[in-house]
Amino acid sequence: MSVKINKREVGGVTVVDLSGRLTLGDASAQLRETLRELLNQGQKKIVLNLGQVGYIDSSGLGELVSGFTTVKNQGGQLKLANLTQKVNDLLTITKLYTVFEVHNDETAAVQSFS
Amino acid sequence: MSPETRRVEMTLETKIESMDLGEEVARRVAATAGFDEDERHKICMAVRECLINALQHGNRYDPRKPIGVTFTLLPDRLMVQVRDQGPGFDLAGIPDPLSDEHLLKSSGRGLFLVRCFMDELMVESGRNGGAVVTMIKRYSSNHRGAGESEAEKEKQR
Repeated sequence: MSVKINKREVGGVTVVDLSGRLTLGDASAQLRETLRELLNQGQKKIVLNLGQVGYIDSSGLGELVSGFTTVKNQGGQLKLANLTQKVNDLLTITKLYTVFEVHNDETAAVQSFS
Repeated sequence: MSPETRRVEMTLETKIESMDLGEEVARRVAATAGFDEDERHKICMAVRECLINALQHGNRYDPRKPIGVTFTLLPDRLMVQVRDQGPGFDLAGIPDPLSDEHLLKSSGRGLFLVRCFMDELMVESGRNGGAVVTMIKRYSSNHRGAGESEAEKEKQR
């Protein structure tokens, strides 16, 4: 099973809902393409809602980091919300919790932009 | 895998789809070995990361080169070996992905995760070249061994 991605606008912020597994191959490529499209459209306030992502491998983590850097370099912000316990643990052991701004839920993540 | 079987060997093609297959076999072996859900998840992730390493850095996506995987159930631990046909590598030479210098890199976390999730990690050169990565996961003290039936487990509850 790969990842499903859905985009929606909430109060001027783009919320990207991901569900499934963020792993090497199509899933990572899909996320990269989604972020590229958003930046091309000038949407630079982005929340990745990872509530339905139960599994991320090192390639998926790399894609998150790469997305974070790309958005930041273009003057935007990429934040994470709604992490599952396993993803939370993964960000902790890889120290990426110190890189990303992580919120408990989508509402808090969206409000943090204002 | 039957309870009597102590060893599973497989040869995977060098392609992305093989990662899922290897992970699924790891899940079944870990379940048969009696690891709990949390440990099974860690074992599966470690095997997947090792396979990704073999695919990307060992065989460099060359479909002519196979990836060998062996799961061995020993009395006190599960041993998993992943063999590629690449140039080999030295674990000591792998940069620390937690360092400030590498924290924002988009790669280089795979074997770090293996180290986190397994009890031991070793890399050797294969007899015919390539790398042989060996991972060990020891059974915990409350471990239920391979072959222990559901009825036996129920009796002990």
